[in-house]
Amino acid sequence: MAVTAESLQHTLVEEHEDPREHLMFDPKPRGEMNGMVMDSMLTTSWKFWVVFIALSILVAVFLFGAWGYLIANGLGVAGVNRPSYWGIFLVNTVFWVGISHAGTFVSALLRVFKAEFRRPITRAAELMTAFGLIQAGMCIFMHMGRVWLSYWLIPYPNGRGLWPNFHSPLAWDFLAITTYILASTMYLFLPLIPDLAMARDRSTGWRKVFFRILALGFRGTEGEWTHLRIAMGIFAFAILPVMFSVHTIVSWDFAAAMRPGWSSTIFGPYFVVGALQSGVAAVAMVVIFIRSSMKHMKYFIRPEHLDALGKLMLVISMAWAYFFFNDYMVQWYGGDKFTHYLMHFQESGPLGWMWFALLLCNVVIPWLLLWNRKVRRNPGLLFTIGLIINIGMWFERYIIIPVSLTINRMPFSWRMYRPGIEVALGIGTLAFFILLYMIATRLIPIVPVWEIQEGQMAHSLRKVGKATVKSVSELD
Amino acid sequence: MQNQLEESHHKWGMVVDQDLCTGCQACVTACAMENNIPFVGEIDSGYGRSMQWIQIQRFWEESYPDVRMTPFQPVMCQQCGHAPCEPVCPVFASVHSSTEEINVQVYNRCVGTRYCANNCPYQMRTFNWRDYQRPDPLPNQLNPSVTVRRRGIMEKCTFCVQRIKRAEDVAKSENRQLADGEVQTACSQVCPSGAIVFGRLDDPESQVSTLAHNGRAVQMLDYLGTLPSVTYLKGG
Repeated sequence: MAVTAESLQHTLVEEHEDPREHLMFDPKPRGEMNGMVMDSMLTTSWKFWVVFIALSILVAVFLFGAWGYLIANGLGVAGVNRPSYWGIFLVNTVFWVGISHAGTFVSALLRVFKAEFRRPITRAAELMTAFGLIQAGMCIFMHMGRVWLSYWLIPYPNGRGLWPNFHSPLAWDFLAITTYILASTMYLFLPLIPDLAMARDRSTGWRKVFFRILALGFRGTEGEWTHLRIAMGIFAFAILPVMFSVHTIVSWDFAAAMRPGWSSTIFGPYFVVGALQSGVAAVAMVVIFIRSSMKHMKYFIRPEHLDALGKLMLVISMAWAYFFFNDYMVQWYGGDKFTHYLMHFQESGPLGWMWFALLLCNVVIPWLLLWNRKVRRNPGLLFTIGLIINIGMWFERYIIIPVSLTINRMPFSWRMYRPGIEVALGIGTLAFFILLYMIATRLIPIVPVWEIQEGQMAHSLRKVGKATVKSVSELD
Repeated sequence: MQNQLEESHHKWGMVVDQDLCTGCQACVTACAMENNIPFVGEIDSGYGRSMQWIQIQRFWEESYPDVRMTPFQPVMCQQCGHAPCEPVCPVFASVHSSTEEINVQVYNRCVGTRYCANNCPYQMRTFNWRDYQRPDPLPNQLNPSVTVRRRGIMEKCTFCVQRIKRAEDVAKSENRQLADGEVQTACSQVCPSGAIVFGRLDDPESQVSTLAHNGRAVQMLDYLGTLPSVTYLKGG
């Protein structure tokens, strides 16, 4: 590996501390570690197949079956009406785009800032981006009245000289999400190449063919590593602004519209933080699930990683609460009477329970629990908190979309929204997301082995007299 | 002369006198007949999916037992000069017509994102939630001048643009200018109390222009800067 060790950083090991509980100070030989990852991919218990079949049925019936029914019968079978022209479809779109955010955030930002705890969780997080965006894209297409004409959103040359309307936030959205899905897929693929090459060398049969094609002939020469590092460096930096742009553009779908509750100037950063809030919680959930269900994963994913994710969740929850307050403050300050009515409707209307539940899920529970190291290191508890945060964030989007659409400037059209087939479709996308993850864990190495090996090479324990010193060389 | 008529440019507008409106719903019916608007049935209608392009909105003031009705308010697309529905459509299905100065909806181009309807402050765009059935002999009364829409498409009041076009064609073939009152929308034609007046706002002599400068004239949600072409004469 083309690595130069630059400066050395030394820390004394405290007496009560066992440095071997850190993955970086608990190295294993390369061959053994590679074997563990291969083993985890090839081991499937009967439980895996039961869940796999159950999810496949859910996807077939609730996603593709229900979608086909929706296309054949029109949006009348969904719950959307006047004035809630957008319902759970868009709630799910924003939710999945939010989930997909954290993948890249955890991976790229922590890579750029060289946070060591990222090493075993980057792959799982990046996969979340790709799979989340697939669901988000499907939710957008589901909600369209004539989805078979959706290619009109693509700017392609045609005889009639018709182009998409670049003034429309939906056209921005389409371009932003397309850019994001392409960039994040490439960013997922680049660090995957060395692991695919490793898997190619250690597998037989159809897997060998599969890995040989995907590994693009990577052999691990000096030149290949240099190119790969340069490419990953560029992508890690370049994808960060793309990530910020995507969720601000999603927020402009609402902020650019002329509606009480939507035309809020703070929506851009508020949506970005909201996306991170649900996304980082989802990364924690996925990582905990992988840790508990896959072989050997307890070696790679340790309480220290859950601890770091828990801290991240706490900080983001605080930032989110600040922007949530800001959003209300800015809109209330505007003094529009319909906005005023809407804000009271959100908290005291028929769905007021949801508004209070979202505060409980996103602020009260994380703040009361995540400060505690023991809670952060407990996989079951952290998983539950992650789930609670995600439910809370779904509620938040529900309040922003169908609940806010209920109130507009024409009181004659005020009417509640009752979800229809979109509930089934929402369950279908969730099942599809989990199913894609399950397939991915058996087809590609779910932990980036080379990144862990690289980190372990840079970390070492040295004896200086009687003291043990942790020494970290900076990699470049 | 020929060329001038070809490039005819009129600003069409409407005045609704709330003092004269009796809330009889004749305009709603006439509009549905003229523009091939489907009937969505009781259940969908109760759930906010009725497709009326014009609605008689009723409100009340105070609370029981001192309830007082406010004047009826017929609301249709306000044909904004600066329309919020237009920029948000990703495929240019909602566009501004420069010759009639109205907002037109291109049914064939609509993909059904419904963003225009969300962004309409008047909430006067209606969506084809389903393919609505027209059992025999109802298809016989369809207006051949107006497209029949299918599911997944947004639609709204067109100021009976088919009537405007026909009147312009007739005037052109007779080599003359359009006279005031020559074009009537279905709602203004049928209104028994004459509460709805339609005509050219660019002609200062027309009845609609005169009424639009009446002291009772107000425009709905004018503080949003949408420049509506419909003027209301305050009632009460």
